[in-house]
Amino acid sequence: MAQFEPRIVAFLCRWCSYTGADLAGTSRLKYPPNVLPIRVMCSGRVDPTFVVNAFRKGADGVLICGCHPGDCHYNEGNYNMMRRFPLVRKLLAQFGVEPERVRLEWVSASEGDRYAEVVAEFTDEIRKLGPLEWAPMMAPPPVQTAESVVTAK
Amino acid sequence: MPTLTIDGQTVEVEEGKTILEAAEQLGIEIPTLCHHPLLEAYGACRICTVEMQRGKRVRMVTACNHPAQEGIEVQTRSPRVLRHRRMIVELELGRCADLPVLRKLADDLGIDRSRFGTGEHECILCGLCVRTCWELVGARAISFANRGTDREVTTPYHEFSDACIGCGACVAICPTGVLKMEDIKGRKVIHSELTLGPQRAIRIPFMQAVPNAPFIDPDECAHFTTGECKVCAKVCPRDAVDHQMEDQFEEIEVGTILVATGHDVIDCSEMLRYGYGLYDNVITGLEFEKLSHATSPTGGKILMSNGEPPKSVAILHCIGSRDENYKEYCSRVCCMYSLKFAHLVREKTGAEVYELYIDMRSAGKGYEEFYKRNLEEDVVFIRGKGSEITTWPEAPGEEGKLVVKCEDTLLGTVRRLPVDMVILSPALQARADAAKVAQTFGLGCSRDGFFLEQHPKLGPVQTASDGIFIAGTCQGPKDIPDSVAQGAAAAANILSLVDRGSVVIEPITSVVEETTCGGCRLCISVCPYDAARFDEEKKVSVVDEAVCKGCGTCVAVCPSGAAQQRFFADTEIMAEIDGLLAEIGDRHQFPA
Ligand SMILES: Cc1cc2nc3c(=O)[nH]c(=O)nc-3n(C[C@H](O)[C@H](O)[C@H](O)COP(=O)(O)OP(=O)(O)OC[C@H]3O[C@@H](n4cnc5c(N)ncnc54)[C@H](O)[C@@H]3O)c2cc1C
Ligand code: SF4
Ligand code: SF4
Ligand code: FES
Ligand code: FES
Repeated sequence: MAQFEPRIVAFLCRWCSYTGADLAGTSRLKYPPNVLPIRVMCSGRVDPTFVVNAFRKGADGVLICGCHPGDCHYNEGNYNMMRRFPLVRKLLAQFGVEPERVRLEWVSASEGDRYAEVVAEFTDEIRKLGPLEWAPMMAPPPVQTAESVVTAK
Repeated sequence: MPTLTIDGQTVEVEEGKTILEAAEQLGIEIPTLCHHPLLEAYGACRICTVEMQRGKRVRMVTACNHPAQEGIEVQTRSPRVLRHRRMIVELELGRCADLPVLRKLADDLGIDRSRFGTGEHECILCGLCVRTCWELVGARAISFANRGTDREVTTPYHEFSDACIGCGACVAICPTGVLKMEDIKGRKVIHSELTLGPQRAIRIPFMQAVPNAPFIDPDECAHFTTGECKVCAKVCPRDAVDHQMEDQFEEIEVGTILVATGHDVIDCSEMLRYGYGLYDNVITGLEFEKLSHATSPTGGKILMSNGEPPKSVAILHCIGSRDENYKEYCSRVCCMYSLKFAHLVREKTGAEVYELYIDMRSAGKGYEEFYKRNLEEDVVFIRGKGSEITTWPEAPGEEGKLVVKCEDTLLGTVRRLPVDMVILSPALQARADAAKVAQTFGLGCSRDGFFLEQHPKLGPVQTASDGIFIAGTCQGPKDIPDSVAQGAAAAANILSLVDRGSVVIEPITSVVEETTCGGCRLCISVCPYDAARFDEEKKVSVVDEAVCKGCGTCVAVCPSGAAQQRFFADTEIMAEIDGLLAEIGDRHQFPA
């Protein structure tokens, strides 16, 4: 059987990470083509609903990249993302999505090589996790008869 | 205004002037010993005695303290005056036979030797020092003691005086040079203090200072210690000195700002193995610059702490630079200024010079040529970083020397270099207050702490905050030519903004939809630019689009979807996500 090729949506901040990804390209670095980048002005712009929507629409992983702490073009956007991130993971866990499917990474404009590494590594990890299967998670819970409720107690 | 005649010439003087001042006005010289224009007249030495006639009465008076009265006639060189003067000089010579000041007077008056003996005192008891200390400085540390032939200037009980503030004014004013400052530290060149030894309390900070005007250092100034002195104010012909002046804070409204706050250098005393601060003759590059500058206390001579020129000097590159324990980056300027130091040491002292480098980075116009010139000037280049400085001798020739340990990577061996002086080339680093300055001006900092430019290639002097520019080493290590180029570039950018009179702002900003905004103010709490504010009347948040930089953080936190970002609205990004994933949309059979 062919290898599972995950779909990963990446939100890249315009100033550092998107430029870093660009650099990876112009430096002819090789990295897996599984990532679908979306440019945002700042990692702080990434609304948790974007992440949820990406998974909903079939992504197997979501990567968020911003400038290194202290380097955000808007000073604190990435700090806001950093604070929001644990909540995003928790939220996904509640939906039954493995929190490892979303990742926050810092990639500066000069770190083309790092971008390539991050993408390769993350793709690998998602590949190991396999496709995100919503169906079983979202299947209605087994009908609880009066008996089963009693035995459960 | 009294009018009088001196040696036949008539002169009109201001009320309250002395005969001495009147004579000065006419250019007539009267010798003085105990007089000084900044001190009260004293009348102790009598050398200024002149002949004065008022009406019919002729008297001998001291010119320094006798008022220039209306109608008097003064003779400054009459036979009687000269006879008088000779007597006084002879008496003084009897006490101090060999003093140049007295010898000169004696020669002028044709005195060969004194009839009163040849005393060996050096103090003529003019009291200038005592009066300076009391009247001018106000420290009152010295005074006269004893009487008659035992009279002398001293501190109370001949003890070290706590009242003395060490200003040295007494020494400066003493006409015979008998008073001397004792150098308590016993060092002629104090390297570890950037000031390189004592400075005047009032001084021009350095030769090229702008504005090129003196300032008063309140920590050094006698006035701020004793409440007196103010000599500088007394002698300033423009009345420019004002000891009451205080720092003033002015608010200036401007449209553009250029931040050029420069760099610090790393503190070498952190790196114990180099013995900086421990060994006197281990100095930093900055101290060497001060030492070899024409205005240094040594007059630009390169001297060790004992006042002798060094016979051998080691210059250590990359102290704290290119070092994972301190700064990873290359400080860019050290190789070149170290070469400059080598050249200066060779030229000024002829000493043996060792340059210890990791790599020689001489990129720049004319720089490689300068490196070559140093090679021709017999500077010894050793490829390897100095690892330690010790004074522990292990071989003959190392006694009393600073021994620099290093690995010579070209010879493949560890070497010990005994030298007299070591110059450390410390890393340039972001200023200690860089983070605070960055916050003040809405600048970003890169990981190494230097200010972040808008774009490394296309916006090198621009920053994320419009109207705020950066130039020089506050942006990263660089040399003067590059700093100047950046400064000029920033100035041109600023002028074009000023000339245009209006600014173009980014179209990507955020807006708050009034009708859906719940007034939770989350947006206000996260906005890094204070662009969002609360409209108390409408109870909604409003974004000032002239201030907004369009980061979109507020949009991400807005729970009601009222905050939206132009060109990056939620719907637009969602559509992007949908589009990217469209072809596999039904792979997971997501329950509708
Ligand atoms: C030992 C040594 C030798 C060097 N030799 C050479 C050389 O030979 N040739 C060469 O080209 N380069 C040399 N350099 C590099 C050179 O010093 C720098 O390139 C240059 O000083 C940078 O200029 P600047 O104006 O950016 O910063 P600076 O020279 O550091 O000036 C910054 C100024 O801003 C002031 N300031 C800081 N903060 C504030 C604030 N908050 N408010 C108001 N003012 C503030 C500081 O007091 C300072 O006056 C040398 C550097 C060192 C350390
Ligand atoms: S600065 Fe002026 S007042 Fe202060 S010690 Fe010097 S001369 Fe005196
Ligand atoms: S987009 Fe960023 S800068 Fe603009 S108002 Fe919102 S938080 Fe402030
Ligand atoms: S701009 Fe890159 S994280 Fe904010
Ligand atoms: S100078 Fe006049 S008495 Fe000394």
